[in-house]
Amino acid sequence: MTVAAFYLFAAVLVASAVMVVTSRNPVHSVLFLILAFFNAAALFLIAGAEFLAMILVIVYVGAVAVLFLFVVMMLDVDFAKLREGFQRYAPIGGVVGAILFLELVLVFGTWTFATDAAGLRLNPTPEGVDNTRALGRILYTDHVFLFQLAGLILLVAMIGAIVLTLRGKPTSKRQDVARQIARAGSVNLRQPPLGAGLGQIGIERPPVEPPPEAKPKQVEHAGHGGGHH
Amino acid sequence: MNWTLALPEIVLAVSGLLILLGGVIPKKETFFPVSMAVIGALVLTAALVLGQGEGSAFLGQYVSDGFSRFAKVLILLGAALGLVLALDFNEKAGLARFEYAVLVLFATVGMMVMVSANDLMSLYLGLELLSLSLYVVAAFDRDNPRSAEAGLKYFVLGALASGLLLYGSSLVYGFAGTTNFDRLADALSGGQAGAGVVVGLVFVLAGLAFKVSAVPFHMWTPDVYEGAPTPVTAFFATAPKVAAIALLMHVLIVPFGEMSAQWGQVIWVTSAGSMILGAFAAIGQRNIKRLMAYSSIGHVGYALMGLAVVNDTGYRGVLVYMAIYVVMNLGTFAVLVAMRRQGRALEGIDDLAGLGRTDPAMALWMAVFMFSMAGIPPLAGFFGKLYVFLAAVQAGYWTLAIIGILTSVVASYYYLRIVKVMYFDAPAGAFDARPASLTVVMAGTGLLTLLFFLFPAALIGAAQVAVASLAG
Repeated sequence: MTVAAFYLFAAVLVASAVMVVTSRNPVHSVLFLILAFFNAAALFLIAGAEFLAMILVIVYVGAVAVLFLFVVMMLDVDFAKLREGFQRYAPIGGVVGAILFLELVLVFGTWTFATDAAGLRLNPTPEGVDNTRALGRILYTDHVFLFQLAGLILLVAMIGAIVLTLRGKPTSKRQDVARQIARAGSVNLRQPPLGAGLGQIGIERPPVEPPPEAKPKQVEHAGHGGGHH
Repeated sequence: MNWTLALPEIVLAVSGLLILLGGVIPKKETFFPVSMAVIGALVLTAALVLGQGEGSAFLGQYVSDGFSRFAKVLILLGAALGLVLALDFNEKAGLARFEYAVLVLFATVGMMVMVSANDLMSLYLGLELLSLSLYVVAAFDRDNPRSAEAGLKYFVLGALASGLLLYGSSLVYGFAGTTNFDRLADALSGGQAGAGVVVGLVFVLAGLAFKVSAVPFHMWTPDVYEGAPTPVTAFFATAPKVAAIALLMHVLIVPFGEMSAQWGQVIWVTSAGSMILGAFAAIGQRNIKRLMAYSSIGHVGYALMGLAVVNDTGYRGVLVYMAIYVVMNLGTFAVLVAMRRQGRALEGIDDLAGLGRTDPAMALWMAVFMFSMAGIPPLAGFFGKLYVFLAAVQAGYWTLAIIGILTSVVASYYYLRIVKVMYFDAPAGAFDARPASLTVVMAGTGLLTLLFFLFPAALIGAAQVAVASLAG
């Protein structure tokens, strides 16, 4: 049963991975990528690593793939143009890939574990505890000191980014409610007759004060314009 | 778990979070009250450190002993006085933003974790917390290209050093099978350390030598010291130096004590190189902050001499040296921070010309600090050098001691030149009136430097206790 499930998920995983690379529409690529993530998560479940499976779904499907989707949709990338050199570079890429594959085969072919490697593990796999609980115990109980320190480091990174880049903008437009209300003559409450439109009443202009001679006209406009925010 | 042992760090970190909150909420700039609150938190932490128990906590990741207490008190002193130096300078330079004080506080948390680290992982995290805060404060004057350059240079080279350190740690873990210092000491006892551990140790040493700016990893120091705002330079030259030296001692003596034959040679070369470079490269400097950078490289060389000797007398010499170094460096930087004419901060050695006539008090203190750094007998700096040289001679390290004596003769040339410029050159005009905070720091550290010979036993006794807890 497990074997059948493994082959099913693995086959779908490989097929969708191939589709990610070959599909013409980039949005389809991202959707196939999500399918691949789900199948990989299922493989982790079969291997007994339920925590990794959840993380894969939550982090990769929930955040990374959606981010990809945003990028693909927001940037106008011409994928046909990107694939232009495929034919020309295929042989070189194939050779490099073959060499890497050969090296992987050599590594795994000669791989031997040190005889006492299992005993030297800092955090050996505990018996009778599911691995979410085991990871939580290591992270939040055994290494809580280091965990909190890592949190402080992230906080310092955030403070640093803000200190080095944030500037209060003097040019940005903000509403100053107190000033707006305190300005004399700009607020006028009226009771318009029922059913009367702008055609009948006419547009009410702010009271025009006689501008001082030295003042340029634009300043006057800007001052009144502020009242309509 | 025994988490109450780490109470000083916890209290300091939590008060940092509260102070950060209190600084963000008000609409107006809160630099001065936040700085005062941070200084208060540092003093409170120092009181807690003095009453801290001994032992290890968090499954051996954290250790508290006489050595860590000694280093922590020194670090807290350096950080608090470094912040006092910044109070007035930052207002005048337009850097009065409360984040400065908060970053200094978190850097201090990082340093305290470093000296208390008993595991390669807590070592790394403490070091990163310190470094990240330092990168930001180095670039704090962000509109000044020199400050931005200092921050960027320090960041890039610091990241490289962190990489070296991590690589070395991974090798040590891979070959020894543990990251805990006590278990490393067990695994390496009996002289059966493999080549992998030795290579890993050398990489760890390289990463830490970078942080103490010892030759050959010193090249960032002059640029960063010159570019960063002066109070930031003052902070760089004091507390983080103590923390890094203490960390280096702890790492070499506790887990790798059995391998002293290997690391002793590395420290020997580093120490000699630092002393020689610090003495000769500083001669041609015109900028006093650059001069202080080379001077600090030289001082690190003298301190490392005590470590190269590989015995308790040498270790005690290192601690005494660092304590005296922090005090006289803070005083010197108080003078540098006060160098301001018509509102403009000055950094040239020539700007000190005629200080003996225009401001006799400040000139007197500066002369005391310069004579002390040069190692002229009754002052504190002489005793610092005396104890490391004595340890080197007693252990038969004649070459190193002779290099040290010759380089301090060369170094006295540039220290005494500053005294000559102050007292015998034509005045370049009076400095602006200095704030009371700088006068207090100058006079306090100056008196300590001047009168150390009356009560050396207190400091030497404390260092003795600290070393005993480290080696025992």
